[in-house]
Amino acid sequence: MKAFAQRYCRNYGAVIGLVVLLLVVAVALLAPVLYEESPWLMVGDPLVRPFAEAAFPFGTDMLGRDITAGMLYGARVSLLVGVISTGVALVFGILIGSVAGYCGGRIDDALMRFTEFFQTIPQLAMAVVIVAIFNPTIYSIVAAISVVSWPPVARLVRGEFLTLKQREFVQAAVVIGQKPLRIILTQILPNAMSPIIVSASFMVATAILTESALSFLGLGDRNMMSWGFMIGAARTMIREAWWMSVWPGVAILLTVLSINLIGEGLNDAMNPQLRRRGE
Amino acid sequence: MQAPDKLPLLSVRDLTIALPAGGDRAHAVKDVSYDLHAGEILCIVGESGSGKSMSANAIMGLLPPYLKPRGGQILFQGKDLLAQGEQTLLSMRGKEMAMVFQEPLSALNPVMTVGDQIAEVMRVHDACPGEARTRRVLELLAFVGLPDPATLIHSYPFRLSGGQRQRVVIAMALALEPALLIADEPTTALDVTTQAQILALIKRIQAEKGMGVMFVTHDFGVVAEIADRVAVMEKGVLVEVGTVQQVLNHPQHPYTRRLIGAVPHGRAKARDQQAAEIVLDVRGLRKTYASGGGLFSKKRVVNAVDGVSFSVRRGQTLGIVGESGSGKSTIGKCLLKLTEIDGGELLFDGQDIARLSERQFRPLRSDVQMIFQDPFASLNPRHTVGRIITDGPVANGVPLARAQARGRELLQLVGLEASAFDRYPNQFSGGQRQRIGIARALALEPKLLVADESVSALDVSVQAQVLQLLSDLQKRLDIGLIFITHDLRVAAQICHHVIVMHKGKVVESGPPGQIFDAPLHDYTQRLIAAIPGKEWDPTLIRAAA
Amino acid sequence: MVPAKPVAAAPRQERGNGAAGPGPAFARVEHAVNFLSFLLSRLWKALVVVLGVVIINFFLIRMAPGDPATVLAGEAGAGDAAFVGQLRQQFGLDQPVLTQLGIYLKGVATLDLGYSYRNHLPVLDLILDRLPATIVLMSGAFVFSLVLGVFLGVVSARTRYENKRRWIDSAVMSGALLLYATPLFWLSLMAIILFSVVLGWLPAFGMETIGAGYTGMARMQDVALHMILPTISLGCFFMAVYVRLTRASMLEVMGMDFVKTARAKGVPAGRVIRVHVLRNALLPVITFAGIQLGQMAGGAVLTETVFSWPGIGRLMFDALLQRDYQLLLGIFFVTSALVVFFNLVTDIVYRFIDPRISVGGKGATA
Repeated sequence: MKAFAQRYCRNYGAVIGLVVLLLVVAVALLAPVLYEESPWLMVGDPLVRPFAEAAFPFGTDMLGRDITAGMLYGARVSLLVGVISTGVALVFGILIGSVAGYCGGRIDDALMRFTEFFQTIPQLAMAVVIVAIFNPTIYSIVAAISVVSWPPVARLVRGEFLTLKQREFVQAAVVIGQKPLRIILTQILPNAMSPIIVSASFMVATAILTESALSFLGLGDRNMMSWGFMIGAARTMIREAWWMSVWPGVAILLTVLSINLIGEGLNDAMNPQLRRRGE
Repeated sequence: MQAPDKLPLLSVRDLTIALPAGGDRAHAVKDVSYDLHAGEILCIVGESGSGKSMSANAIMGLLPPYLKPRGGQILFQGKDLLAQGEQTLLSMRGKEMAMVFQEPLSALNPVMTVGDQIAEVMRVHDACPGEARTRRVLELLAFVGLPDPATLIHSYPFRLSGGQRQRVVIAMALALEPALLIADEPTTALDVTTQAQILALIKRIQAEKGMGVMFVTHDFGVVAEIADRVAVMEKGVLVEVGTVQQVLNHPQHPYTRRLIGAVPHGRAKARDQQAAEIVLDVRGLRKTYASGGGLFSKKRVVNAVDGVSFSVRRGQTLGIVGESGSGKSTIGKCLLKLTEIDGGELLFDGQDIARLSERQFRPLRSDVQMIFQDPFASLNPRHTVGRIITDGPVANGVPLARAQARGRELLQLVGLEASAFDRYPNQFSGGQRQRIGIARALALEPKLLVADESVSALDVSVQAQVLQLLSDLQKRLDIGLIFITHDLRVAAQICHHVIVMHKGKVVESGPPGQIFDAPLHDYTQRLIAAIPGKEWDPTLIRAAA
Repeated sequence: MVPAKPVAAAPRQERGNGAAGPGPAFARVEHAVNFLSFLLSRLWKALVVVLGVVIINFFLIRMAPGDPATVLAGEAGAGDAAFVGQLRQQFGLDQPVLTQLGIYLKGVATLDLGYSYRNHLPVLDLILDRLPATIVLMSGAFVFSLVLGVFLGVVSARTRYENKRRWIDSAVMSGALLLYATPLFWLSLMAIILFSVVLGWLPAFGMETIGAGYTGMARMQDVALHMILPTISLGCFFMAVYVRLTRASMLEVMGMDFVKTARAKGVPAGRVIRVHVLRNALLPVITFAGIQLGQMAGGAVLTETVFSWPGIGRLMFDALLQRDYQLLLGIFFVTSALVVFFNLVTDIVYRFIDPRISVGGKGATA
């Protein structure tokens, strides 16, 4: 564990990513503390420029809503949706991938056809359709994002299982008489975890991008202020108040970037031998 | 024999290459010096990690960027290669000096035709322009013994077997008639019959072209077969160098003596053939693989195991010998029911286990255990050694405490310290890991052990130790042992009875002495004829000592 | 640590059939037959996917909250009772589910994708009218992202391999990392702000200058000018993906044995990269590019919305605003069919490039 932490810290980008993400999490947790009122409330004059008034560091939008409050609350939505939808996708993907990988044969074929189907369909279009039909709520958004993100996990897990199943230590487990479920849980899965964890971190980043895209298109949950929604609202004011669309985008950029950096750091830390290619 | 005052073609003097910090030693090679004359074959022998390939790569200038030569000279045709610029080296590679590598299956560019790849050597050195180039390529293909050069020239590498690809690589190396040919373990990944052909080819080339050949290998049999002079390396240091007669029959350095002492000699001691009870009786075992078979193409059916019968007795070792594709590994998998059986009977203690389902067989599994081939892949890297050994008994109902106590005993039985129980596999060497694998198998107190190429991935000195361990354990515990290997010499050394497999069938069966002295089947004769250096008797040095 | 490769284990199974292959004439027939069977199986797969999408559409309508007929009518049409009644009859909404499915499938097979009440046009006509604009945009973005992405990836890998000017590698990878984290729609907005609002170099909205009445060459120039910002914005994200993928693929191939063989022959570094590494490294990139088309279709929706580009992505956005579900599902169907078609084309192209498959070796019936 300690060796892992040391390897991780050797990558400066990964450390920066971790720091930034912790900042975002802190902001998300502190939002209701710093701004008790809902960000939907109209609290000031419309279109106040950023850094012009002390009360509104990032200014106000065309309805007089506080952009800073929106930024802080937006962090909650992004992180919440990102983590939960990734979690659901992981559970589903790992289940399908491990059954397909371990059982092989017809079951594998059928499950892979099923997975391929969901992978071929354009992801954002499918998410849009699902959220539109079921009315935009946090639940339908999470469900839609999960539905389009699970196929790559399933493929990854299946690939890992297929490779590991051929490994001699798994064959040895069969030979000594361990039962299949025990083999999957104690022999195969722990060794498959590192690529799954790395993949999961990138999935959170993608989920945040997808959520912001959905909100931008007007499919966000009406009760939750999201960064994507703020950018969408700012779109109509691009000539008069171009700065309104900048800050929420920067927030998304920093959050996603930090998660990607963490993912790369995890990858390097978990597979140190891959760095020394050519040996 | 060369005139002793003739200048050597290649002269390595005090070559030292440093390793990056954190390795298990400071230098990959230290103060290595040897000479190679034109018209002779110098073999560099060593185990894994001895640095034997290092000097070969340094000569060609192909060392990875983190390994830099720190001192010494490499004098080739009078010039110091370490002092030359990249441009000079580029013009010399392929033209004055050429190299052949170990893995033929990955040595050729998969998306370029064979002809183009050979012609490329000439192209980058501006040799043989125009028509002459194609003619030369055809000439080379014929010279290395490849069939139908006219068609081969347009083929892609995936159509060729490993041996054929190695011949193509040799053809590429010879294209511009270099003065020096370096071969880095070129036959290690090949079957023994293919190896014999490639060795004969190299000998022929060397005799006809008068090149200096540097041949890196770990196999003393190969050394005995083709070397004129030998250099022995241990942990980066050259410990002995001399003519082949000197080093093989009168080795001076203790390491060399140890290595030669560990070489399997294939001379079996007379073994008592007591009629012990039969543990396993295999009758007519069959396993087929079917592949392909689309809408318009036929299914390809391969009889991996085609009607094989044999029996194993308690306290005795049966050797199953064959090349790749002979079906020997498939037999191992069938015996352990790691794969489905398509026909035949497996009578274990009288009961036919072939028919049993996985669920019915599982309680019987403890009676038949396996020792695997790859010490680096056969132990779960995330479990402690103790867990690896106790998993088996625990899965069969033994209480954990008792299994752990027994586990510690077993570690000592296989020659490891009891403290190994709490450590992880990556802290052990290959030979030690195989011992752990043996302990794991023994934890279930089996009646029959199947060793599937269990020593093939080990250095020869470690191999000898593990074979000795298996032999001792068998005597002590009176278990039956099936030893699957491609090396007839190893089988001859420890087996009571040997069967030879070819394309899924048993072609010969008998005690090892008989098979070696009087092989009946054509294939067995070919197999024995292909064993490198069989005229040399490694046991002589013990008598000479 | 000395690279201690364990002594090679028992000789592996040698691949290849050992001969140069059967006679040429027979080989060609066999090769053609293999290709045909591959084509048939891929077409069949494509058809199944499209069918699947249709079935999903069917069930989505019925799973939505509310009466299917009102859902199908959309926000605008729900007020018109006659329209709703006509829909009920047309889709057989009072009949058993399987009959409904049958009716729906028959409709789609005859390319009847429904009627958009708000626009007073059949859905298919609406889509076909806007389709060319999307294809133009996506093709442009695809080519831009692939060409630039591969180029930068190759340059990046090469500097890393040769250990010269490694700052290029760091710069390219940092840029790719940044672009990979940028939301597509936001990038488009920023591009508009910078190049249209502040600098005034490029037009912000639409495909052509409205009311200018350009024809022929002038019209093409006008369209091209309007195309620059949307194409680049859409392409940037995917360019980052291709840069990373190409670089990783190149570095992996550079570590392979046959590259060492080439160097041992005296092949200079430039030729090693061009002839040996590149040809092998690009194969997985091409496969991946085909898969990325699905994501690019989604990106097109966002880009067209921001730039008011008259394509089906923008149409989808309008359908969302208008709660016009028949139109929405119709667009979803067409987009999926498009993606499936381009995937098929990529697979066929790949077969021709990879000699292991095109010359009819193993994997011919994959």
